[in-house]
Amino acid sequence: MPNTVDTNKSAQPVYGGKNKLIGKDYPTADLYAKVTGKAKYAEDYRAEGMLFCRLLLSPLPHARVKHLDLSAALAMPGVKGILTADELPAPADSLTDNGTVIRANKLGERGLTNEPLYQGEPILAVAAVDELTAVEAIEKIHIEFERLPFAIDPLDTLRPGGPNPRVGGNIWHRPPAALMKPGERPAPPPPIEIKELKWTEADFAEAKQGRMPMGHVPEDPANSWSYGDVETGFKNAALVLDETFVTPDTSHQCLEPRSTMAYWQNGKVHVYTGTQSMIQTVPAVARWLNIDPSNVVLVSEYTGGGFGSKGTAAISLIIPALLSKKCNAPVMMRISREEEHFIGRARPSLTGRMKVGFSKEGRIVALDMFSIINNGPYDAVGDAPTSGRIVSLLYQPQAMRFRGLTILTNTPPRGAQSAPGGMQGISLMEPILAKAARKLGLDQVAIRRINAPEGKPPFGAANSQGKRAYATSSFIKQALDRGAEKFNWNERVARNPKRIGTKVRGVGVSMSCYSGGSTGFDGLTLIKPDGRICFQSGIGNLGTESVIDVHRVTAEILGVPWEKCDVCWGSNSKNVAWSCVSGGSQTTHAMTRAAHAVGMEAKLRLQEIAAKTLGGKPEDYEVANERVFRKGGGAGLTLAQAAQKAIQLGGIYDGHESNPDVNRYTKASIKALAGQGLVVSARDKYPRDGSTYSFVASFAEVEVDVETGKYHLLDFLAYADVGSVLHPKTLGGQVMGRSVLGMGHAIGQKWVMDPAYGAMLSRRFHHSKPPTILDIPARMEWAALDIPDPETPVGSRGIGEPPVGGGCSAILNALSDAVGDEVFRRAPVTPDTILAALEAGRPMQHPLMAHI
Amino acid sequence: MADMAGTKKTEHTKAVSRRKFIQGVIAGGAGASSATYLFRASGVVSGAGARERLITLNVNGQQRRVDVMKQETLAMTLRYKLGLTGTKIGCDRAECGACTVLIDDVPRYSCSTLTHTVRNAKIVTVEGLAAADGTLHPVQQGILEEQGFQCAFCMSGFIMATTGFLKTNPNPTRAELAHGISGNLCRCQDYDKILTAMMRGAELMRGARHA
Repeated sequence: MPNTVDTNKSAQPVYGGKNKLIGKDYPTADLYAKVTGKAKYAEDYRAEGMLFCRLLLSPLPHARVKHLDLSAALAMPGVKGILTADELPAPADSLTDNGTVIRANKLGERGLTNEPLYQGEPILAVAAVDELTAVEAIEKIHIEFERLPFAIDPLDTLRPGGPNPRVGGNIWHRPPAALMKPGERPAPPPPIEIKELKWTEADFAEAKQGRMPMGHVPEDPANSWSYGDVETGFKNAALVLDETFVTPDTSHQCLEPRSTMAYWQNGKVHVYTGTQSMIQTVPAVARWLNIDPSNVVLVSEYTGGGFGSKGTAAISLIIPALLSKKCNAPVMMRISREEEHFIGRARPSLTGRMKVGFSKEGRIVALDMFSIINNGPYDAVGDAPTSGRIVSLLYQPQAMRFRGLTILTNTPPRGAQSAPGGMQGISLMEPILAKAARKLGLDQVAIRRINAPEGKPPFGAANSQGKRAYATSSFIKQALDRGAEKFNWNERVARNPKRIGTKVRGVGVSMSCYSGGSTGFDGLTLIKPDGRICFQSGIGNLGTESVIDVHRVTAEILGVPWEKCDVCWGSNSKNVAWSCVSGGSQTTHAMTRAAHAVGMEAKLRLQEIAAKTLGGKPEDYEVANERVFRKGGGAGLTLAQAAQKAIQLGGIYDGHESNPDVNRYTKASIKALAGQGLVVSARDKYPRDGSTYSFVASFAEVEVDVETGKYHLLDFLAYADVGSVLHPKTLGGQVMGRSVLGMGHAIGQKWVMDPAYGAMLSRRFHHSKPPTILDIPARMEWAALDIPDPETPVGSRGIGEPPVGGGCSAILNALSDAVGDEVFRRAPVTPDTILAALEAGRPMQHPLMAHI
Repeated sequence: MADMAGTKKTEHTKAVSRRKFIQGVIAGGAGASSATYLFRASGVVSGAGARERLITLNVNGQQRRVDVMKQETLAMTLRYKLGLTGTKIGCDRAECGACTVLIDDVPRYSCSTLTHTVRNAKIVTVEGLAAADGTLHPVQQGILEEQGFQCAFCMSGFIMATTGFLKTNPNPTRAELAHGISGNLCRCQDYDKILTAMMRGAELMRGARHA
């Protein structure tokens, strides 16, 4: 890292306008516990008589357990129980809130298995008085495997006669639903199956030239669609580029391994874990264990990183819960860093081919996109279809055809990782856009501007009614303009010379976007007889602080100073509201809506209480400054008095009745809070026209040493279009943090696997090293447009994922600006990639060699 | 790499090398290859392996009597025997720094320090930084003021690394501080905000000294 400049950042704009709380900085309530070491993460809990659990992991990428002898292990003093796959409960179907049955995938991940589908898959779990004993017991287990064919490269499975990763094939297939008679209730869709897909030798002819082969794709509306006239577009294009690009597999590598402690008490299972949603993990645990959700007590106060990998329940929660039941004692399952690389999920690599037609002004007139996702052996991730949707939204091609395939392999299971699919789609498209601008003699900002979405931009294919989906808004053109100004884009581009000695500078810009919010969740607030107000938050605490930030909206509406507010979070035993999962960057949008709804509901209830107590009509009263009082001044009640009155009134006021709109989990919490004060609940029923997306314009400058191939990130700016700013400091942390997560994919992170043995070689941090404090750009800045989203009452949208693709692609584009377009065809770009290509004068990496 | 002041900590003469650490584990009776996390619950003696021995440790200014195995790491002793769970284990192999504590004022990875080697040393963990009346250490206060960190699983390690670094360089540049705490990983990648918070902590610390 060049040390010459100390950051002298330009002043941040003032956010939040006239608001007292929304858009303002404040210290979040969970920080004190964090800085003093008092914050408890899953592995910090203890229970009397707690046992420890270790896992026996498969040494083979695909095998069947032929023989298992546990006797020597079970005979050891201190060994309390061994759990095998045969003892797992059957996967349960689940029921959504609107009564739809979701059939359990009987071929999905179970937690333990007798047919391991990847090296490192847990086969059985041993509980013992301590870990040393558990490990010694595992050494004494006699196990014999029958080896089965395996595949780690998705293209290999598609070759004629190529190996199948699972018995029966290499892709998931859902048979079509039975035809419905008019007026009949739709039957649940049939269970998903595994099918075989093979391409022909002719399909693979292009692979030798380093171009991704493109064979048959089964019919599926999410993975095979088009709009506009693509062929005519290519015919009329001034420039057509046809490029293959590959993105890396990248483990989530949460700093907190997914350790979990569990015990059973009075028929209820108590689970201490880290998760991306406190409340939604409750039904998920129930589903995995096949028990009633009312028998689940979940504790998750602090979560040490998720990035999509700690969605709700997972095998890491279920194994200690089942072992605890079997041994009748609390069980702690600590997950090691190596195990984390096996079971801790990863972003799937995407092998992509893009044929793009440009007008001479740089407008994308036609796009033919093909994505192949390396999925691992279990449930399909959504990265392939999402990559097409995001590219269609962000670059607004006039005509587009998309094909996607999600291929099963014997590699560790993938999961959603910050901007799943979007990040890969953007990093396929951006290098092509950069190359096109150079070929057409256009400015890099200008070519993005001309393709950028605005207004209510459409995306994807038309539905059966001929309508295309669209976003609620996009102001990314303004973000590009203001960002270019703040970054001194024109001056940097004009700077001469680019090369001094062996050092060459390059600048890059990228657009980026991802989903930014959902709707329909609940708010639950308790105004206590002492005048304090408590927000019952079911949100997971990932450190983005949305678990706390969103409730500022309710306080703002009620005019309550933040010092009088408490946020109650971390366990369903604390009686919290039904909330979204903190994934898909939903929370800020979804839960500020719920917080707004409950704020308005509380206002109404306070007005009603005042009218009942002091006479007149509810609308004669207003709520401000911790009081409800007659409009224009006069008689009123403090919030404390109103809460006391609510208890006297009972019914809907103190929670003995609940708002009929809210979820059954919120209703259960209301019941438990009843009588404690003014209990207010509401569901977000605000309308929304369009799907919610957030956008970021990202700018980067790099310096490449062409003699060594080593490069430094000098400067980075992210300009965000995320609606109204809720909390500037946490927003900034997310914009920069997620940008750097994206940069990891550009500068060095990847999986490497041994093709001969199907063995994972990237098992520790330093094998796929996340960016360190010395890898980040020497100077980093962010800013937000602060333009409210027109389709949500608070105007705020989510930000977790939208910056990721921009962080990766701005760096890739700056690198190609420095060293040229023909140096790399896959990310990450390492010094040897650059050096080898510069010396040979052509790309030296074959893009289609997986896991290199 | 103009200033390498931050690397001074590696010159500490008492530092245990990786080789010595592994020798210590082997001498302790456990195969170094068997598993990543190994420890014996207090008071339990089962199977083969090490016996525990009662030693005294100076932790956060207190003398603590504790039974430890020869191959036991300081991170495990702190977390499972002394109840000091503020020290986190992120990798258990000196990669991430989440377990950093001060040993005689020097930041060290407690996952890779054998407990029996620090019997005569002064150990400070994140729990030992705030004053008895609850007043936060300036480095902690800086984080509060700047909303440093996100998930914060790495935070106590960063706090201890920074506190140790500031003892050798109380007035660092941003780049010097980054070098000084570069042995710690943050997967939320909140480095820029962390540096801002830690620079604020350094400033508060200098102010406190002059006051």
